[in-house]
Amino acid sequence: MTAFLGMPAHAPRGVGHLRGEEPFPAAARRALNDAQLRRNLGKATSTIRAKRAAVVGELPDWEELRAAGRAIKADAMRNLDRYLLQLEAAVTERGGIVHWARDANEANAIVTSLVQAAGATEVVKVKSLATDEIGLNDALAAGGIAAYETDLAELIVQLGHDRPSHILVPAIHRNRAEIREIFLREMSDVDPGLTDDPAALAEAARRHLRRKFLSATVGISGVNFAVAETGTLCVLESEGNGRMCLTLPQTLITVMGIEKVIPTWADLGVFMQLLPRSSTGERMNPYTSMWTGVTAGDGPQAFHLVLLDNGRTAALADPVGREALHCIRCSACLNVCPVYERTGGHAYGSVYPGPIGAVLSPQLTGIQDNASLPYASSLCGACYDACPVKINIPSLLVHLRARHVEESGASVEALTMAAASWVMSSPRRFGRAQRAGRIYRPLGRRGGGLPPPLAAWTRSRDAPVPPARTFREWWRDEHGETP
Amino acid sequence: MTAGAREDVLARIRAAERGDSDDAGTAAAGYRQGGELSGSALLDRLAERLVDYRAKVRRVSAETLAAEVEAALAARGARRVVVPAGLEVPLPDSVAVTIDDGLSAAELDSFDGVITGAAAAIADTGTIILDGSAGQGRRAISLVPDYHLCIVPAEVVVELVPEAVAMLAAAASRPLTWISGPSATSDIELERVEGVHGPRTLEVMLLG
Repeated sequence: MTAFLGMPAHAPRGVGHLRGEEPFPAAARRALNDAQLRRNLGKATSTIRAKRAAVVGELPDWEELRAAGRAIKADAMRNLDRYLLQLEAAVTERGGIVHWARDANEANAIVTSLVQAAGATEVVKVKSLATDEIGLNDALAAGGIAAYETDLAELIVQLGHDRPSHILVPAIHRNRAEIREIFLREMSDVDPGLTDDPAALAEAARRHLRRKFLSATVGISGVNFAVAETGTLCVLESEGNGRMCLTLPQTLITVMGIEKVIPTWADLGVFMQLLPRSSTGERMNPYTSMWTGVTAGDGPQAFHLVLLDNGRTAALADPVGREALHCIRCSACLNVCPVYERTGGHAYGSVYPGPIGAVLSPQLTGIQDNASLPYASSLCGACYDACPVKINIPSLLVHLRARHVEESGASVEALTMAAASWVMSSPRRFGRAQRAGRIYRPLGRRGGGLPPPLAAWTRSRDAPVPPARTFREWWRDEHGETP
Repeated sequence: MTAGAREDVLARIRAAERGDSDDAGTAAAGYRQGGELSGSALLDRLAERLVDYRAKVRRVSAETLAAEVEAALAARGARRVVVPAGLEVPLPDSVAVTIDDGLSAAELDSFDGVITGAAAAIADTGTIILDGSAGQGRRAISLVPDYHLCIVPAEVVVELVPEAVAMLAAAASRPLTWISGPSATSDIELERVEGVHGPRTLEVMLLG
């Protein structure tokens, strides 16, 4: 047990998937050279953008719903301790068992021991970003437990020994031909005549997982919304794999980031409109399951809820940055982002890619561990317009850039600006500096940049060539006096 | 292992929220709480939205219900169906009907279909909602069989999502399943394909 020291507690290193192996610019450069990836992403994101625009346009009160979603989330974050305790009490009263985890390691240990206590060596999983974030599958494997991903896209990622690249569709970087290849290679029971027709691929997944569903004893899920008032948990999905995992096993373990709590039952009236239309571009997703603790004779008779911090309270401690915790994981900001559309999700290095990932991941890990992400944006603002809970992502990016500079100590840029300020505050010093600058005229002519350590500034900018004669010199020559 | 985790996380939250203003900034509820459609226009909207998501829809009355159910099952070729206890629907003699009494998943998998009622339906989104009460049954029975015939009485149909949420407030602690069309996926190139793990055919009878 560690005592609470009052310092922000970030997600620990060495576990889970919140940090990339290289900074965004390096990863992005490689992704940009992958023409197949760009084609796959361009096709998928343009499809989903059109669908979303159509169903959002149907609602005359979309802006009011966004405002309500934002207000509800702000209230939830401001009173997070109270709502979590209310949720805990309601779940417990209905026969559920609530666990608290400070970080990924604790959450993984809790889930692993619960599965072992249930006597299971296999679990079926509903797509869950929280469990991807903490690297649960790796931890379960280390504990001798095989975790089967059942969402089609997660299955594609798992079978392809790959990493998720999108919040909603983790295999968005794969096209149908690539998916067929993966299924033929990895599914022992697949029909060798499998075509790349999406319906045939979905059918193959159905056959592959059917027996697993019908025999699984432990299911593991995340959660989209948790209602403090009633203790009700909600999972939205499309395929029915979620219903299978939430309904058929005897034991259900749900891992929930603490920011998922919403205050009241009535709040679902807002979020059940905002989320489906923003994520899959449907009026409603095919299936939503809502459950409250344990119901005798219906579904799992043992239910565990694991409440996960893993850096969320560190984000909460930044009064500006905490807005990133309002995210309902719809992925609309990814689909409209010109940067994401070209680099894909892997370049961000975290299970939370795209604009929201660029403001969320650095806050969960500490900015120094994801320092390049707040710069992975052109600040065009499309993400803010698309966000169903009106997270002002561009202003958060700027805020985190400022925090990064402050927390990094003096930079070359800051020192240069300080020097410029000193020079420009005196006409004599300014005049001398202008004359001194002339020695760089030959460099400018050749199209070269500034010398190190200022070279970084001119890598993507032109440095103006210092004039042969300054304005002040011209004036003196014309008028015989200094202005 | 996690001794003190609860207290630590709560202490972190309270430290993070120190200095927050008490201004609750109460939720702006300017969104629509109630719809404008009623009667047959409401049912028409529900039917249209259900069909849009590839559900089959039949409009029936109390008089035609039995014949329509028989016709639907015959068209489907369903000979063995499972139903929840308390389903008050006339069922044809030509079909073997089993009332669920805690059947295993494997047993449920052997049926040709399931017939249930519904607790609510949302016209705007083409959604039916089951709450596990009499006539709707356990969640598993409307999940495992490949064909789901759902009978929706007109009186449980509302236009908007917030109306359904309000209507279900008293049932909030029951297991709820919201269903909008047959199971589907958009995971391959974000194109919607119907029919994955849940029932691949959803047929809805609007009664009234």
